[in-house]
Amino acid sequence: MLEYLELISEHIDTLMYGASITVMIAVTAILLGMALGLALCFGLLSRHRWIRRPCLAYQSLWRGTPILVQLLIVFYALPVIGLDVPAIVAATAALTMNTSAFQAEIYRGGMLTLGHGQFEAARILGIGVWPARIRILIPQMFRLVLPSLVNETISILKNTSLVSIIAVTELMRVSQQIVATNYRALEIYTATAVIYILMNTVLSMAGRYAERRFAATS
Amino acid sequence: MDILTNLVNWELYLEYGPLLLSGLATTAYICALATVIGIGVGLAVALLSASPVPPVRWLCRGYIEIMRGTPILILLFILYYGGPEIGLRLPAETVGVLGLGIYVGGYFAEIFRSGFQSIPVGQIEAARIMGLSSGQIITRIKIPQMLVLIVPPSINQVIILIKESALLSIITVAELTKNTTQMVNETYAVVEPYIAVALLYWILIEGVAHIGRKIEQRIKV
Repeated sequence: MLEYLELISEHIDTLMYGASITVMIAVTAILLGMALGLALCFGLLSRHRWIRRPCLAYQSLWRGTPILVQLLIVFYALPVIGLDVPAIVAATAALTMNTSAFQAEIYRGGMLTLGHGQFEAARILGIGVWPARIRILIPQMFRLVLPSLVNETISILKNTSLVSIIAVTELMRVSQQIVATNYRALEIYTATAVIYILMNTVLSMAGRYAERRFAATS
Repeated sequence: MDILTNLVNWELYLEYGPLLLSGLATTAYICALATVIGIGVGLAVALLSASPVPPVRWLCRGYIEIMRGTPILILLFILYYGGPEIGLRLPAETVGVLGLGIYVGGYFAEIFRSGFQSIPVGQIEAARIMGLSSGQIITRIKIPQMLVLIVPPSINQVIILIKESALLSIITVAELTKNTTQMVNETYAVVEPYIAVALLYWILIEGVAHIGRKIEQRIKV
């Protein structure tokens, strides 16, 4: 046990560095995905077929294929069309587009639960379409979808581990590098698993706190 | 048509079609086995997490939290690269089936647990008073009623599992994604293999969703 702790403490700085990159990628993807997902959600709810159909196709594509395949396509296809971006940008872009499709579905559910009455009332009071959406619909909808949103954040945090295969040095990649030098796969990978579990536990606790906090005001 | 023939080299599919299809078959059977393991483990854990013995409950809770809190990739790495350190030397495919199975078991346990909880305590008490054994209560009272509730999320879980199984390519299992990257590496073609792989996953997943809808219709009646 002592030897195990010594081994981990020797590498804890590197692991923590990897974890910070993991958090950074996950947070960027979730926030950008939130904006894209909201836009997509209104596209899915649009009355116009030519807005709705492409949005549906986009969503079906990103929800229906493995995220690993999506990462590979974005990473290897971008240079083909002349965009030579660093691996970490390609990775964040792929995760963002993936989560935007899932978040759009979450928001769509929230909007449908909210009903049409609020929006109609706001319109009658002379509030514009976008101000009504941004100031009336979205804030209420976020309270409804908070639990699903926390789940999606956890799943994106877990999916960042896949980014390691396109050579982004986040937590998973860092632990692979450590194992490559000392061959202690079991010890290092279990430590990495513990770090992931800790991050996700903090996330779900924060989610539960936010749920209580926002439920109290209603 | 000219654009289609220029953009996509259809002859590649003649050569690599069998490789991709065998990958699809491997993906399908690995996922089927993993689903069976996952449902078995999930059912056991869901039943045990209602146990009157606290340590058993804690163990079940811990198992569910660990499976839901770690990426599947790290679990596969622990089994595949960490396993040999404690004398557990398994072929990649076995690691894949076992890893996916015990991983998805945590999710199935959570689905089954919510299913069991949906059954009113009064029914269980009534069944017990009428002399049904606890085994009979599970198979005759609990499971038939909770099927309606757990089939949609279970199908959803199988679809997620199929997509997660793409990760097995990293530990060298010759499944769909692995065979596709092999095609990319051998032909330097990017468009054809990835169009094919997206389509094949989509077909597999649509197939599972279709079976799911059929099952839903059956149990509703």
